[in-house]
Amino acid sequence: MKVSKTKLSLRIIKNNLFSVLVVTLSIIACIPLILILIYLISKGASSINLEFIIHNPKPVGEPGGGVLNAIIGSGLLVLIASILSIPLGVSVGMYLSEFRKTKLAGFTRFAIDLLQGIPSIVIGIVAYLWLVKPFGKFTAVSGGVALAMLMVPVVAKSTEETLKMIPGSLKEASLALGVPYYKTVLKVILPTGLSGIITGILLGIARIAGETAPLLFTAFGSPFLTFNVLKPVNSLPLLIFNYASSPYPDWHRLAWGASFLLVLLVLILNLVAKWISKKRKIKF
Amino acid sequence: MSLIWGSMDSIKQGGLGFITRQTWDPVNHQFGALPFIIGTLLTSGFALILTIPFSLAISLFLGEYFTEGFLQNIIKSMVELLAGIPSIVYGFWGLLILVPVIQKFQMKTGMMPYGVGILAASIILAIMILPYSASIGREVIQMVPSELKEAAFSLGATRFEVIKSVTVPYAKSGIFAGIFLALGRALGETMAVTMVIGNSNMIPKNIFGPGNTMASLIANEFTEATGDLYLSALIEIGLLLFIITGIINLISKRIIKRFDIKQKNESIKNKT
Repeated sequence: MKVSKTKLSLRIIKNNLFSVLVVTLSIIACIPLILILIYLISKGASSINLEFIIHNPKPVGEPGGGVLNAIIGSGLLVLIASILSIPLGVSVGMYLSEFRKTKLAGFTRFAIDLLQGIPSIVIGIVAYLWLVKPFGKFTAVSGGVALAMLMVPVVAKSTEETLKMIPGSLKEASLALGVPYYKTVLKVILPTGLSGIITGILLGIARIAGETAPLLFTAFGSPFLTFNVLKPVNSLPLLIFNYASSPYPDWHRLAWGASFLLVLLVLILNLVAKWISKKRKIKF
Repeated sequence: MSLIWGSMDSIKQGGLGFITRQTWDPVNHQFGALPFIIGTLLTSGFALILTIPFSLAISLFLGEYFTEGFLQNIIKSMVELLAGIPSIVYGFWGLLILVPVIQKFQMKTGMMPYGVGILAASIILAIMILPYSASIGREVIQMVPSELKEAAFSLGATRFEVIKSVTVPYAKSGIFAGIFLALGRALGETMAVTMVIGNSNMIPKNIFGPGNTMASLIANEFTEATGDLYLSALIEIGLLLFIITGIINLISKRIIKRFDIKQKNESIKNKT
């Protein structure tokens, strides 16, 4: 009896030690996040004021200045990427959810999985080879294309998941009433799955808003504000990269502000996406 | 495909020895990729080692210990937030906050106070890939059928023992897949690494020294590549990167699919 008692208490000790270990490690894992957020807020929020948003960066040495061209540039790039990737992504998602067993479906799924895992800089290289080298200059369009390539898998996957969850009886009822197939898709299936599709789009935007690497040699960045998509264009992540590696504290301050803005944007997009998907779940 | 065509020039010139040669000297048209392959492997490998204990801890924490309630929501949201932060922000934070800390440490222990280097890059990478492996791990651990666990408990096992001998073996492949996926992510990560790795195109001597990875090399030198051979060499590195990350990602996705299928079979068996 003595033997089993010591053995038992040893096991209990091991058990409790392990629990403590798990909890401690988990808390430690959260510390970097908290640290990052603290620094972001303290250093970033302070540099955001009206001038920050409305002005272009000033030449080196002059205090003040803002990040307007980066904000507009980011917006432009996201717009281009969305225009390209939403139709493609949604169509692919629809196809995959409707025809699940065909060879083409399997191949497409494989291609999308592959695309999703490619490092963003490699995609930047591809966009460069397609759109920059042949034309000889950096353009916002090439940046948008690179971002679109990153966004398509996200949109396609979530569209497919959403549409898969719609009960087949809905589609069958519509077809049974004599509605032609394409109309069924357009007017019955799509509206039902709209919230899920929008969630996917928002998440895709959140992902590409923070991407820098593919833009390094496509959109390239510029100190000017431009709406011309055939010219190089700056974006928030690019600005952060360039300013952060510079030795000027004023530019650092701008970079903190831009980082804060960026993280805020991503956070809001994620929260909205989550809220939309919750609303949808109640409907069914 | 474009990658292959673009790197054709470099492959013709350098041949297979590209992978093993050491010197990266653009001025003399010598291109060897070894330092960067090693740099990539070192940073990603080290980051994996750093992240595994924390990832497991969080997976267990969320999947086993606190599956409901306040703490679950907080920690889960924090991990998801970690995943959403853009990589340059990580790099920026790393450059301005983490690197000085490492520098102080290096000065205290008498090493060269670079601050930047393999260690910094590995730490930042470890933080970045944590959410990926942790969330897959959590899902997989939650899916362990409770009958198995309850059977173990009723036999008198403590919680730790249940975890060690029931939960973990059952979820092993899923946890593996999560770790693999995180590895794939780490290999391709560019911006955060570029900002803290020190960008020295040599084989790093130890983890406290500077180095370079394939991705950050491309990021740094692409726009300044003079000459087609230089560009070709960079593109070839991109090709290498593509192949490596592609393989790892596909493997991990296949493992996840197999685990899903096993799950579905189990639940069907249980219901009949």
